[in-house]
Amino acid sequence: MRVSLAWLREWVEVPEGAEALAERLTMAGLEVEAIEPAAPAFSGVMVAEVLEVAPHPDADRLRVCRVAAGGEPLQVVCGAPNVRPGLRAPLATVGAVLPDGTRIRRARLRGVESHGMLCSARELGLADDAEGLWELPPEAPVGEDLRRWLELDDQVLEVALTPNRADCLSVRGIARETAALHGVPLGGPRWDPVAAAREDRLPVAVEAPEACPRYLGRVVRGVDPAARTPLWMAERLRRAGLRSLGPLVDVTNYVLLELGQPLHAFDLARLRGGITVRLAHAGERIALLDGREVALEPDTLVIADAGGPVALAGIMGGAGSAVGPGTRDVFLECAFFAPGAIAGRARRHGLHTESSHRFERGVDPAMQREALERATGLLLEIAGGEPGPVTEVVSEAHLPRRPVVAFRPQRARRLLGAELADGEMRAILERLGLACEAPGEGPWRVTPPSWRFDLAIEADLVEEVARLHGYGRLPETPLAGSPVMPPAPEGRLDEGRIRALLADRGYHEAVTYSFVPEALQRRLDPEAEPVRLQNPLSAELAVMRTTAWAGLLLALQRNLARRQERVRLFELSMKFVRQDCEIKQEKTLALLAAGPAWPEQWGLDSRRPVDFHDVKGDLEALAAATGAPGAFAFEAAAHPALHPGQSARVLRDGEPVGWIGALHPEVAGALDIGVPVVLLEVALEAVRRARVPRFEPLSPFPAVRRDLAVVVDGAVPAARIAETVRAAAGPLLRELRIFDVYTGPGVEAGRKSVSLGLIFQESSRTLTDEEINGVVARVVARLEEAVGATLRQ
Amino acid sequence: MDLEELVARAEAEIAAAGDLRALDAVRVRYLGRKGELTARLKGLGGLPPEERRAMGQAVNAAKARLERAVAARRAELEREAVAARLAAERLDVTLPGRGQGQGTLHPVTRVLARIETLFHGLGFEVAEGPEIEDDFHNFEALNIPPEHPARAMHDTFYVEGGLLLRTHTSPVQIRVLRERRPPLRIVAPGRVYRRDSDLTHSPMFHQVEGLVVDERVSFAELKGTLHAFLERFFEARLAVRFRPSYFPFTEPSAEVDVACVMCGGEGCRVCGGTGWLEVLGCGMVHPRVLENAGVDPERWTGFAFGLGVERFAMLRYGVDDLRLFFDNDLRFLAQFA
Repeated sequence: MRVSLAWLREWVEVPEGAEALAERLTMAGLEVEAIEPAAPAFSGVMVAEVLEVAPHPDADRLRVCRVAAGGEPLQVVCGAPNVRPGLRAPLATVGAVLPDGTRIRRARLRGVESHGMLCSARELGLADDAEGLWELPPEAPVGEDLRRWLELDDQVLEVALTPNRADCLSVRGIARETAALHGVPLGGPRWDPVAAAREDRLPVAVEAPEACPRYLGRVVRGVDPAARTPLWMAERLRRAGLRSLGPLVDVTNYVLLELGQPLHAFDLARLRGGITVRLAHAGERIALLDGREVALEPDTLVIADAGGPVALAGIMGGAGSAVGPGTRDVFLECAFFAPGAIAGRARRHGLHTESSHRFERGVDPAMQREALERATGLLLEIAGGEPGPVTEVVSEAHLPRRPVVAFRPQRARRLLGAELADGEMRAILERLGLACEAPGEGPWRVTPPSWRFDLAIEADLVEEVARLHGYGRLPETPLAGSPVMPPAPEGRLDEGRIRALLADRGYHEAVTYSFVPEALQRRLDPEAEPVRLQNPLSAELAVMRTTAWAGLLLALQRNLARRQERVRLFELSMKFVRQDCEIKQEKTLALLAAGPAWPEQWGLDSRRPVDFHDVKGDLEALAAATGAPGAFAFEAAAHPALHPGQSARVLRDGEPVGWIGALHPEVAGALDIGVPVVLLEVALEAVRRARVPRFEPLSPFPAVRRDLAVVVDGAVPAARIAETVRAAAGPLLRELRIFDVYTGPGVEAGRKSVSLGLIFQESSRTLTDEEINGVVARVVARLEEAVGATLRQ
Repeated sequence: MDLEELVARAEAEIAAAGDLRALDAVRVRYLGRKGELTARLKGLGGLPPEERRAMGQAVNAAKARLERAVAARRAELEREAVAARLAAERLDVTLPGRGQGQGTLHPVTRVLARIETLFHGLGFEVAEGPEIEDDFHNFEALNIPPEHPARAMHDTFYVEGGLLLRTHTSPVQIRVLRERRPPLRIVAPGRVYRRDSDLTHSPMFHQVEGLVVDERVSFAELKGTLHAFLERFFEARLAVRFRPSYFPFTEPSAEVDVACVMCGGEGCRVCGGTGWLEVLGCGMVHPRVLENAGVDPERWTGFAFGLGVERFAMLRYGVDDLRLFFDNDLRFLAQFA
């Protein structure tokens, strides 16, 4: 809402300047986003009258004029087509500075001296387009400074209103709020009802009284099609951001801005029969003022005549009944439409109008008659005509009633935590137009005014009290009450621990979009049917990911393009997977390692590409942090995004919880990724579930280590060997290490040698050699049986 | 050769021994079982008794003297050997260390962790909720019925079956209120989504929602708590102002501005010349929201607040481009060690 300070001052005394008023309004919840000058800076521009016009001796398109602008008549050369004797127009006198910085000097134009420049509205920055000189009205005072005459030093406040304050969508509304803030009365122009000059009426039937509880209409015949909108009105419209479109439209817009009441003017000659306010019929269409035609739905309120809809009620008029340059007879409509009947309908048709904006938030249901009288009065003043009587159709039962709100001063004090006196609170409510009945005891009975749609419960009134008292003057106190001590579950790792562990292992935490390109999603997880956005911003952000690898791979691509050769990223986030007709939203840990295994450095092979087991080591570190590393297992399995020979399903307690593997070369090729990439994704919960430590007594007896090198078929998984060893060795085996895997000379092709370190210990005694030899022999025998192992010689 | 000469020669040889082995050879030559000095001791028996005593003393003294010399020389040689080994083992201590290199936490995570820590100190627990939400939790229960103008402020992404991507973390309030009983203190961090993308809007960003419900919670406590939080978060004494505003789910509602942390309130590009930065929305929980969650608004009152995490991160760390948070450029991420 743009409000001119000068216009506002017509309604209320504002003791301060624009800045201070803006601060005051802002701190009362009417945020002033900007203060703009009503006109750009210029000086030395006077109201002038063209006295004589003579041709220029040496130029066809220039005229030599004698112009009165206060003192002696001046000679001014002018090229505007509309210059003519008797015209009043702005004159930039010698020494004037125009908005674009031009300084006007005495000049010779084709040999003729010129003492100034007659101006268009555009040259003064007051219109975007203007042909010819700005034609000022005949009453414009010749010789007067244009800025002073038009109050162009006015300022415009840009007020950003929250949706609850529809009552401030007008000059009067903001003036009312300003008056309440300053504790001064609301003033403003007064007008009397306009008596009917003829008996013409247009019949009005309201078939949907719940949607249109009040409808007023009035015929005005014989308006002057040649009438012009007065400059003062056009200026106010301009400052509010509206263009002048002729008296009929301008008057309705003016009343909209002044009072917040949208009105509509129909060309009476283009209406057939009477007016019906009803819901649209299925299949009805209407051609709108903006040139579009829309199909109507049966929940949309329309104004119809005998031929069908002529306006979208409260939103926009139809093209077929619109006023135009030839309009002589009009039907003025001034209604109260219920917010619920208008809300959302405009948006559905891609519309948002000054009218719909107000109706869907709530227009004062009590002001239609005064607004219609105001509009009639202005119209008659400007364009003449003879008004008929006002037709009013009202359904009292459907008009919004302001509830009587019970207000407990003590409760207000408690809620605000402030000692506000009853008297102050009551004064505030009354200043805002609320009627207070305060019996000696018990709650006050408070009735909000008709224009406030946002005051229905006690808390609403508490806010009003706080707002006018000033939020800044309310105390600040520490949070009282005794907090419940939050639980600290030791059986779950903090997410922070997991993040820190990965960061400490060289991974940078990433945050990627939850929605990803569908093609990439399909490539990584072709079997999943992703959750699709119905209104995505772009194809790049179209489906909800079922794996967080998508975002990490896109981030990798971008970093490779920036010539990073080593990228290690992780992300903790949500993924969205369909499961049994439900969308399962699960927190996931995803990780990507690309390029060399180590940062480039001296003293180790830092060019070695990262491989499966590097990343597996990182996952094992997470597993170790849970205190239950043995709960995790890996089994070779194929995944569409992963290298079939270098991928594994991750299990925790036997349940699949994720995947680890090298990026499939085909996927890498399709994504144009030329560095080795290893990916990991596990359900976050699987690495958060932790074991609370349980102390085991330390054995005072020595541990004994025996090493074995066994040769097995190359396809035998190490996990199989380890399982076999553990099963055969029994409880004496405390720890099993695999410390070497060898293929090459000395080992038959297709087989591999695996070196095992077996550590034995008993907590109650020292183990004897014979015992251990027996166990080792059993292990060797079982290995031979189970996996065809032979001892390496 | 007389004894003195022998001792002098032995001493010279001890001094000349270049290593422990040579020194030992000298020791054996003079002091060993067959050594020259040992031979003199053995020869004492052949001396007349009147000489034997004096000579015995002299030889013993010489022996002690040579033993001392050998020990001193040995210590010296050992010192030299250690020194030589240490010299050989000298490293270039200015070469860089080895290892994996350090990763970093995302600035959003840093800020979230900071916020959680500060509120944890006041007994707030962390709560979370789904990102694909239903209309009830995201809007209706928060007092935003269909067609409410406030919905226009939330450009919503819809998925299917009336579900949507949550536009704020406020639905977590509803979930927590319906699942647990007051008194409650929670913060709910998480991702939120709005259908908006330009220099200053991202279709995905992070919020933290805070909620306190208890008997007698007041607006003064809301002010006190948030002011303290802002000063702790920015580690500065900050002017803070509460401005009336409107959210359907709080009443009274406020927006919170802090004196610009960039210019200290003088007015700069970051604060648009106003000297103030809008950082929080908050208010007393609307009684209808409590009712919608089955909590008696007569007995319980509460306050709620919501903040944009990226905005806090930008102000705290001086990041000037929102898009950097989601681009995952290593050069950016690596700055948040």
